[in-house]
Amino acid sequence: MKKVKIYITLKEGVLDPQGKAVQTSLNTLGFNEVQEARVGKYMELLVEDNADVEAKIEEMCSKLLANPVIEDYSYTIEEGILQ
Amino acid sequence: MKFAVIVFPGSNCDRDMYFAAKDALGEEADLVWYQDADLSTYDAILLPGGFSYGDYLRSGAIASTSHVVAQLKEQAAKGTPILGVCNGFQILLESGLLPGAMLRNKKLKFMCHQEKLVVQNNKTIFSSLYAEKEDITVPIAHGEGNYYCDEQTLQQLRANDQIIFTYKENPNGSVADIAGIVNEQGNVLGMMPHPERAVDKWLGSEDGLRLFQSLLNNWRESYVAGA
Repeated sequence: MKKVKIYITLKEGVLDPQGKAVQTSLNTLGFNEVQEARVGKYMELLVEDNADVEAKIEEMCSKLLANPVIEDYSYTIEEGILQ
Repeated sequence: MKFAVIVFPGSNCDRDMYFAAKDALGEEADLVWYQDADLSTYDAILLPGGFSYGDYLRSGAIASTSHVVAQLKEQAAKGTPILGVCNGFQILLESGLLPGAMLRNKKLKFMCHQEKLVVQNNKTIFSSLYAEKEDITVPIAHGEGNYYCDEQTLQQLRANDQIIFTYKENPNGSVADIAGIVNEQGNVLGMMPHPERAVDKWLGSEDGLRLFQSLLNNWRESYVAGA
């Protein structure tokens, strides 16, 4: 099996009101060094070993997991996961 | 005129939509469970508000993968009028039937109140009974109604006159005050405000009723012209 770790973030330039609220709260707690916070999503998929897993993951991300209008995605694939 | 109101798990404005079509407008309407839907026998399709699939992943994202959306795309291409309100709008965006995406409201608050809209284009099948630039009152009820699209898409929306309703006082941060847009062909309308909740004076406004009446008028005209 392969473990795929997927990170989804709002595109640069897209307003992130949630991130802004997190940043304000961190500043309120005294973490004044925080200049920006962006909130995204993290997902883990356990995928059957398959030669074109990368192409499949690309398709999954663009079709469903991320919305290309507002979001970017990246992922890492870990091989040899035992279930 | 026969309306289909598609019901997804988590829809909660389906009955409002159904009664707007059936009682306020006085036409035929069916509540159609998304898995059993055969959309080919309807004159117009209504996608109601709510929280389909609990808004998991993104609002409307899971619903947009359901089989009924394939039928929806077929009907959209055929020219069947399709109205998506609130979560219905989000589903239309997620399924690519309309351009853009929804973000959380600028102030992160769920907002539920009457809102003033401006009719920007009254030359569509959805808006022909409004006056151009008319102010109307229609309630909003959403946490993710902050419409977003890139500059190029906005220019296209403007060039094709696809912006139908704008907010008079933008409550959620939407690009260009956008409250409702149509597709290029003009038969698919998505809007965050709820016209189905503004179909009688005792609801606080009856300004939403003319949207349904516009649809009916245009359907009658095309029916007569086609007969």
